[in-house]
Amino acid sequence: MYSRAYKAAVAIPPLAWVITFLLIPYAALFCYSFWSVSPSQTIVHTWSLANYLRLVENPMYSTVLLRSLLIAASVMICALLIGYPLAYYLSFHATKRKDLLYQLVIIPLWASYLVRGYAWKTILGTDGVLNGLLRFLHLTNHPLQFLLYSPFAVVLTLTHIYTPFAFLPIYASLEHVPRNLIEASHDLGAGPWATFRRVILPLSIPGVLAGATFAFVLTFGDFLAPLLVGGNSGIMIANIVASDFGAAFQWPLGAAISLCMLLLVVGTLFATESLERRLKPS
Amino acid sequence: MSSPLTRTSTSSAVSVPEPLLSIRSVEKRFGARSVLRAISLDVAAGEFLTILGESGSGKTTLLRLIAGFEQLGGGEIWMGGERLDVLPPYAREVNTVFQSYAMFPHLSVFENVAYGLRAKRANRNEIPARVKQALAMVKMDEFAEAAPSRLSGGQQQRVALARALVNRPRVLLLDEPLSALDANLRRQMQTELKSLQREVGITFLFVTHDQEEAMALSDRIALLRGGLLEQVASPREIYARPATAYVAQFIGQTNLLSAEVRDGFAHAGAIVWRTSAPSGKTMVALRPECIRLLDSVDSCAAESSPDDVPTAHFRGRIRSQTFGGAMDLVEIDCGASQLLRARIPNPGPLAGEREFAFCADDATPVRNTLQD
Repeated sequence: MYSRAYKAAVAIPPLAWVITFLLIPYAALFCYSFWSVSPSQTIVHTWSLANYLRLVENPMYSTVLLRSLLIAASVMICALLIGYPLAYYLSFHATKRKDLLYQLVIIPLWASYLVRGYAWKTILGTDGVLNGLLRFLHLTNHPLQFLLYSPFAVVLTLTHIYTPFAFLPIYASLEHVPRNLIEASHDLGAGPWATFRRVILPLSIPGVLAGATFAFVLTFGDFLAPLLVGGNSGIMIANIVASDFGAAFQWPLGAAISLCMLLLVVGTLFATESLERRLKPS
Repeated sequence: MSSPLTRTSTSSAVSVPEPLLSIRSVEKRFGARSVLRAISLDVAAGEFLTILGESGSGKTTLLRLIAGFEQLGGGEIWMGGERLDVLPPYAREVNTVFQSYAMFPHLSVFENVAYGLRAKRANRNEIPARVKQALAMVKMDEFAEAAPSRLSGGQQQRVALARALVNRPRVLLLDEPLSALDANLRRQMQTELKSLQREVGITFLFVTHDQEEAMALSDRIALLRGGLLEQVASPREIYARPATAYVAQFIGQTNLLSAEVRDGFAHAGAIVWRTSAPSGKTMVALRPECIRLLDSVDSCAAESSPDDVPTAHFRGRIRSQTFGGAMDLVEIDCGASQLLRARIPNPGPLAGEREFAFCADDATPVRNTLQD
């Protein structure tokens, strides 16, 4: 048995970390969200629900929030549509090239986020690679404007960035599907498609939920991609938070938005967890 | 006077007019390693045939080839007059009971058993009744709604059996299904398996490394060694008439003697007996229970006319004696570094030099396959 002193010594560092960098900041955020800013640009420490009322009353916030949720959902769906078949192929059909392909999926994660964001800017811009190619092939006469600075560009960029995050847990769950279950399914007369639908897919659901959560939550909180390729029509809720805490000096309002986002994310996590419990074999 | 030739050996394979399953010159290699070499084997409808062999003998590979999980390297497999090996596993009318059970963890016991029926689009209204009947057959009907993970190994084994049998396969493949069970449960399951097979009348192809299990269950045993079939015969015959030295050693205990045949007599050291084997060097298998201890009266009679009686006599010193209940295991030193083991019923304490005998017909000439 370990002594009490040893247990305490082991428990204190992580506990201190959580208190210092998680609980205290959130408590501060919580307090700020009820305060306000005076005309002389100082924080007024009086408690009111004004910030939250403003979020409800001003339709701009709900529009951007809804757009953020839609972009997050789109990225999640795209990441799953790309990540699942990729993980499936790698796990079940790539025999010799498995390790190489796995590395190829992972390597983009090593490149800086900014590099990948700027890369899309170069590809999608008015004089960008894609428009150049389309004109070269005489598919269009003038550059397509909707490619860059649009929600489409944000979804494309974030799908590129977050697909590996969806891929990894799906791949892990597929790797854990016992191969003799697939043989048993074939043995019992189920063809490849029936085997996928009735054995492989149900057993990979935990990975799909984890991957979907990653893609959704990370996208929902993203503010760099909209900044780089989103333009005015691609602004997301995190951009508003960033500006409230920056140039706009609206810390209390930013705190209120942050807390709303936090509630949404925690709600999402709870929902997926209960969904997973429901789908999991008892 | 009876001739030793009157007791002819019975023909080994039960002749099968139209075999249900026909394995013809099947080959399989994994990379450079040859796993199965020229395996030919016919299985009759309703037969309980055991493929017996040590680990690495290729027995599981043979089963997987029939199930369709591996591709043939050569040869053909036929079932009921049709090529089987060209079909994908899900189109073959065979089902497998896996060594590790391979229960679907996300499905209940009921759904596990119903899986094959649903996959083959059986009449929806019939499924519940058929599943219940299959579960009742293995005495698992009260566990229908349980998750497989809550069942013990023996219970999972029964469900695996029901899951395979509910599809009424033409051949049931069983891959060491009892090896994960403890000894008691194993014996019980052996008995149940045998009676179940009689009840449903389905052909069982059973893979095991346990020779006692093979002897207890099978109509015929196919003994596989290093990818080659050593012998295919009924348990009684494979025990009494092993074809090779390996078979003789693998099935039960045996004495292997190097003998030389000259003019109708076999000479193994000082032991001589009459034989119909052709002249030359040969190897002979002699079961320990075939060796008798002679009392003095017998001994006198034997010395009078050893040529006419198809019985071999020899003297040997008792080297050790191990009590074994009904039969004692006695080691006999016959000189010239020849050591024979005999099972003698209730001999009492033995010592010194004694006289022994065995029926010449019990000394079975075997092909010496031990060196290759």
